[in-house]
This record gives sequence, C-alpha cells and structure tokens, in this order.
Amino acid sequence: MFQVFCIFIPILAALFMPFFFKKVRSIHTGWFVLIVPVFLVTFYATYVPIIVDGDSVISELDWIPSLGISFVSYLDGLSLLFSILISGIGALVVLYSIFYLNRTKEQLHNFYIYLLMFMSAMLGVVQSDNTITLYLFWELTSISSFLLIGYWYNRDKSRFGALKSMMITVAGGMLMLGGFVLLSIMGDTFSIRELISQAPELATNDLFLVALVLILLGAFTKSAQFPFYIWLPDAMEAPTPVSAYLHSATMVKAGIYLVARFTPIFAQSEVWIWLVAGIGLLTLFWGSFFAVKQTDLKGILAFSTVSQLGLIMSLLGVGAISYHVNGAEDTVFKYAAFAAIFHLINHATFKGSLFMIAGIVDHETGTRDIRKLGGLMGLMPISFTIALIGSFSMAGLPPFNGFLSKEMFFKAILSITQFDLFNFSTWSILFPIIAWIASVFTFIYSFYFVFRTFTGKLKVDQLPKKPHEAPMGMLISPLILAALVITIFFIPNLVADTFVKPAVMAIQPYLYSSPEEVNIHITAWHGIHSPELWMTVGVIILGLLMFLCLSKWQKMYNAFPAKLTLNHLYDFIIYDLCDQWIGRFSALYMTGSIRRYLSFMLSSMAIIVIGTLFIKDGFKISFEEASTIHVYQIILIIVLVIGTITTVFAKSRITSIVALGAVGYTVSLFFVVFNAPDLALTQLVIETISVALFLLAFYHLPKLKKEEERTRFRFSRAFVSVAVGAMVTLVALSAHSQKFIPSIAEYYKETVYSLAGGGNIVNVILVDYRGFDTLFEITVLGIAGMAIYGMIKLRLSRKEKNYENK
Amino acid sequence: MEIVMAFVCGFLFMAAIYLILSKSLLRIIIGTGLLSHGAHLLILTMGSFKGSAPPVLSDGVTDYVDPLPQALILTAIVISFGVTAFFLVLAYRAYQEIKTDDMTLMKGSEDNE
Repeated sequence: MFQVFCIFIPILAALFMPFFFKKVRSIHTGWFVLIVPVFLVTFYATYVPIIVDGDSVISELDWIPSLGISFVSYLDGLSLLFSILISGIGALVVLYSIFYLNRTKEQLHNFYIYLLMFMSAMLGVVQSDNTITLYLFWELTSISSFLLIGYWYNRDKSRFGALKSMMITVAGGMLMLGGFVLLSIMGDTFSIRELISQAPELATNDLFLVALVLILLGAFTKSAQFPFYIWLPDAMEAPTPVSAYLHSATMVKAGIYLVARFTPIFAQSEVWIWLVAGIGLLTLFWGSFFAVKQTDLKGILAFSTVSQLGLIMSLLGVGAISYHVNGAEDTVFKYAAFAAIFHLINHATFKGSLFMIAGIVDHETGTRDIRKLGGLMGLMPISFTIALIGSFSMAGLPPFNGFLSKEMFFKAILSITQFDLFNFSTWSILFPIIAWIASVFTFIYSFYFVFRTFTGKLKVDQLPKKPHEAPMGMLISPLILAALVITIFFIPNLVADTFVKPAVMAIQPYLYSSPEEVNIHITAWHGIHSPELWMTVGVIILGLLMFLCLSKWQKMYNAFPAKLTLNHLYDFIIYDLCDQWIGRFSALYMTGSIRRYLSFMLSSMAIIVIGTLFIKDGFKISFEEASTIHVYQIILIIVLVIGTITTVFAKSRITSIVALGAVGYTVSLFFVVFNAPDLALTQLVIETISVALFLLAFYHLPKLKKEEERTRFRFSRAFVSVAVGAMVTLVALSAHSQKFIPSIAEYYKETVYSLAGGGNIVNVILVDYRGFDTLFEITVLGIAGMAIYGMIKLRLSRKEKNYENK
Repeated sequence: MEIVMAFVCGFLFMAAIYLILSKSLLRIIIGTGLLSHGAHLLILTMGSFKGSAPPVLSDGVTDYVDPLPQALILTAIVISFGVTAFFLVLAYRAYQEIKTDDMTLMKGSEDNE
C-alpha cells in the first residue's frame, strides 16, 4: 500500500509548495522540494536486493474496481531502474535548480509544483501495471511538460514550444490509448502482466497489428523519434533544469520504457522489429547529422538526445529478435537489450551533466549561442572538465561509460547481419553502416559542443555578461553525474548485476527465469581482433578529421531547402490547415444567413425522409380506407388553395393578412365539415384574434417590398418548398394507407359518461383523460403573455447598456 | 377524401416553406401561420374521417368520429396562437430597435461578433 502511495508523494508535496513560497521567503523553496526525491531514491534503493534476485513487488490501490481499473505499483527490474533514475536525477536537478533559479525574481512555487507533478506522473508511468492508469500518468507527463516548457509564459517562443510539444505528445498519447483499448479487448484485461502471459494468443488476433502500430506511435511521439522529434528542439525554451530532467533523462525515455515493457507482447511480430529497429536507426542518424548544424548549445544537446534515443530504440528492436531464435545464436540478441538498458543509464548520466553545463554557460555568460562563445576553459575550469567528461562519454571514448555502451551497440548491430529472418539478410548490411556513420557524427557534435565553447578565442565583447566560474552549489549536480560517468566505466559489471540484468529479464521474460541467467560480462577490452574495436578506432579517426575541417563542409547544411523541413510541415498543418483552411471552410457554410440555414435543414430533412420512404419500400397508396368526397368539400378545397396562393403572392400587407385570415376561416369550415365543432369554434375565435393582432403589429412594420433576389436562390427556394410539400404528401399517403393498429378512441367513447360523467368527448379528453396537456398549454399561453409584456415594457435601450458597461 | 386532403396539406406546407424562406420578417410570420394550419389539417386527416357524428354523446348514435385527434389539435391551436402572438410582438420590437425587417440585414452588429 505504501508503495502505491509513494507515486503520489510528489504531487501531494506540491500542494504545500505555495505555502512555503509565500510564508518562508528567506529560504529557497527548492530546499523543501529536495526532501521528496531524496526520500524516494532511498526508498526505492531498499528494493534493489529484492529485484537483484529476480523477484518483483506489487502493491495495489483500487480506483474503479467495477471496471477493473486500479492504481498498481509493480516494481520489477525495469520499473525499479526507471524509478531510481527519475527520483535520483530528480534530486540532482532540484539541487541544481536551487542555484539556477533566482529566489526573488522567479515564480518558484509554480516551477516546483509542475516539477513535482511531473515526478509523480513519471513514477506512475513506469510503475503502473494497469494500462488505463498508465495512460493517465502518461498524459499527466505531457501536461506537466507543457507547463514547464511554457514556464516563462511571457515569451513567445516558450509558448510556441509548449504548444508544439503538447500537440505532438498528446496526439501520440491518444493513439496509444486506442492501442491499449484494443489490447484490453483482445486480452479481456487491463493488466500488463496478464496481457504478457497471454501473448501467444494475442498475436493471432486480427487487431494485434493495429494495437501494435498505435502503441508504437505513442512511444515514438513521446521519445521524439523520427518524424515526431520536432517538438524536442523547440522544448529547449524551458528552464535548463527542466531540459536536463525532462528532455534528456526521464520523460523522453517514457517511450523507451513503453517499447521495453511491451516487447514481450509484440516481439513476436516482425513489424515490431522492423519498425522499432528501423525508425530507431533512422532517428539515430538524422539526429546526429543535424546536431552539427545547430548553433544553440541546448539545440545541439536536443538533437543529440534525439539521436541517442534512436540508438536505444534500435537496440530494443534488435533485442526483440531474440524471441525468434533459439540456441547458441540467440545470445547476440540478448546482448542488444542489455546494451539498450546499459546505454539508457549512461545517457541519463552524461546528458544530464551536459545540459547542466549548458545551463551554467548560459547563466554565467548570458548566451547559449555557440558562435559567440569560446575560450571559456581558463575561466570555467570545473565546468570545462565536466563538459569534457560528458562529451567524451557521448562520443564513445574510453575511459567513460559511453565507450562501453557504444562498443556493445556496435556488437549488437553487427550481429544482425548474421540473421536471416524476415529478409534481414539482404538489408541488414545497411544497419551497421548507418550506425557507424551516425557514430561519426556523434563524435563530431560532441567535440563541436565542448571545444567550440571552451577553447579558441575568448570574445568577451560579444558576451552579455562577464564570464566567470559558476557557484559551487550549481556545480554539485553535474559533478556527481560526471563522477558516475567515470565510475560506471570502471565498475560496469556491478551496475549490470544490480540494475541491467533484472531489467533485461523484465524485457525478455521468455528467455530467463532469473537474472543470473543473463550471463553477459562487460569488458572494456575485447581483444585486438574484435570488429567493434576497429569500428571505434575508425569513428575516432574520421571524426577527428571531419571535426578539424568542420568549417569547410558545414556550409552544406545550407543547401537543404528550408521549405522541405518537418517543422515547416508542422507549421503548415497547425497554422495553415487547421487555422486558416478550416476557418475558410466553415466560413463557406456559416454565412450568418438564416434563409440559407433553413434551406439546408429543410432540404436535408426532405431528402432523408423521401429517400428512406423509397429505399425501405414504404410508399403505398390505398383507396380502401378513404371516405367519399362531397361537392362542398371540393369547394372548400378550392377556396383554401386560392387563399393560400393569394397569401404567397400578395403585394400588400393587407392582402396577405386578409388572405391568411381567409385560409384560417376555411380551415375552421373544414372542421365543421369533418364533425369537429369544438375545433371549429376555437379556430374561428383564434383566427379572429390572430388577424387583429397581425393588423396591429403590421401597422408598425414597413410595407411589403418586392422580393429582389438572385434567380439561383429563387430557384432553390422553390425547389426546397416543393420538396417539403411532396414529403408531407407522400408520408401522409403512406401513413394513411397502412394502418396497423386500431384507434384507442373506442375506449373514450365507451367510458366518457360512465367514468368521467361528461358528454362532450373532446372536452373530457382535454380536462379529464389528458388534463396534463391542458395544464401546460395554459402555461405556454401564460409564458407567451408574460414574454410579450416584458418585451414591450422592459426597454433597456442600447445607450443605457453602454453607459452601464462603462 | 383523405387522399385529397393529403395533397392539400402538402400544398399548404409548400406555400408555408416558400414564405418562410423569404427575406421579410412579415412574410415569414405569415408562413408560420400557414404551416400550423397545414399541420392541424394533417393531424385531422391522419385520424381518418370515418364516422358521421361529432364526438358529443347523443341518444341513438354510435358512429362518432375519432375524438383524440381533435383534442390534440385543440391543444396545438392554442399553443401555436401563443407562439404566433409572441413572434408578432418580437417582430414589432425588432423593427422598432433595428429599423429593418429584412432577414438578410439581421446579422448582428460588429460589436457582438
């Protein structure tokens, strides 16, 4: 129970932050926040011994038990690893933000509320075993990320970036929800563990592929994979602690987590393997290629994040092949999943520290533009050292942890060439080549990042501030991360035994029954004959050469047409398509003309009714039921028709009113003819009052003008009225000719005297059998009377209203 | 007779719709008047004209017409009268305030868009 509760601790703590911010002004609010992630990381650390043994812990809190939806905290190797990353890096980021954000100038309570909300959401995503609550927390990460990116909401770019990330990640989240719903329909459960246990049956379902693609779309949008990566560079408008936390270490890895978590279900499908590995590799290449083009420090890091996420994603894809192979050769694919998790840890450490350094540079010099920076090495030695460690690790150089995971990456990608399932034999040669080229670019941008900032000529006159070393407090967090970068290189197997192996077991449960069976040993030295060593050597040599002559070939980026970018496509969809084109489209039919709306409504009504009548073969005419026609009825009909025609074509007000009156009186004569004395009476009286009212009101209205309208509208008007008239006639004829149920009138006729004690059946129906109708018809009259009185008496003129508003 | 009345009702509806689709508020209200006449006659027609005596009990008569549609129409007449009266005053007030009865000109002023 407490385990589930821990997910909500940050969000509950967030409730108190405004209080601390307002009441305890002398202490930075961040210190109070820091307690939360520090507590959480210690709490989750206590689970490590359980997880190392391959066990898992589950804790449940009912939410909507009747629908099978509950908050479940399920901690196995994978979710514990993520939980520790989230709370651990969260603690470092909060510590860093205490020195980064000014206590007096910033709205700190907002910042920490959003951050704590995000922390809860992220813990919920990785621990949820229930797909519905997983989706709930997933969207909460999108929302809190939106709020954090738009933290400086008075800046245009922040708002743009926030909206963009929201649009893309929420669209993906929605699709993912669709996938979850399909999965729950197939497996009849929301529990991921139960779904995994019925994975073989799920694969035979028709909906399987649809669910697969939808869930992948959710993962790709969140993890900034191609072509959805475009929100991540724009999200760099957020404060740097946010970029370090959300956009390098945690939120963007939610998609990675999702892919890893659902691998046991979907790995059986070759579509999954192709998509995850292929898109991952494409993203890896694309991100690393365009990172070199960036001039903003955080821009470089954003594209590098995109690229590294692609790397992890492609490794997960390759790892999924292990489902299809048995025996000796499967070890290499086990290796891929292992490498993915290992690199995920490494990336969180070095990318977090690099973002923090970018923030420090921004903080101390006032700019992040790499063209203005340079020669900061002497002024900021500690930052330089940290940046060097981070960059070298990112480039994959020894003795840093990036080297180990890059080597493992090469090894896993090379192994794919030996595999001939799903046509991999023909295309697979592309995988190591693309991966190798991407690594060269990774090397280049890593060097570009660190050396353009810290070496070269110092351009003090171009910098807004006089640069100097950051305060020690700000350096603590990146120092810890940089220390981890080196430590992991020297004790990789300890990290692997503690975190990676249980996580791999969670990703590939079909291969192992305990983490000890993941018998992979990380070594920094693979022997002189291993191909991955020579690949690394090649990366270093070519990378160095290309970095040294960067200014010669960097211009080629300008050759890319600006109109053909994905950002341009996004702007086109959001601003042109949604804003303008759809606006223009609705302006086409929302003209504000009542006549037009009425024409649309009436003609569609006529078309639907007449259409249904004939499609369902409902039209029938029968003369059997009809009564005989008398001469006086014919005369009445003729009078009625003449009166109607006069009403329609009358040129003066008086004529039309009188003609309408004539029609009304003829109708009351009809009532006489058809044996309805009460109706005739009422109709006569009402018609008289109506005509008087008409005359009274029309006396104040302008004279009738000749209708001047375009012939086209005149035609459509005639058409609509004929159609409606035809509809009424056809329906009346069919209804009259097919009566299936006899009237209930007999009952009234028989009991009108015995039960109600009356002779006039119509009146007894009105006040006795169906008295409610009469009550409310009286109400209608009353309301109409009051409304008329109000309209005439209450005259709040326009001038008075304007006066009041002022 | 019912067959003929079906055509008469259709004709009334047609004329009413034609008027309702016109520009002047005045013609539209007249159109609604015609529409309610058409509807009332339609209800009566659908109740069938069988029976030769009005639905008032009298000795020796068994052949009454159906009383239920008549009760319905009576209610409908009163309601449509109330609504028409309201419409008329509304049109009158609208003309007083905005000095037009042309529907194409009644599109809201600029400050409420």
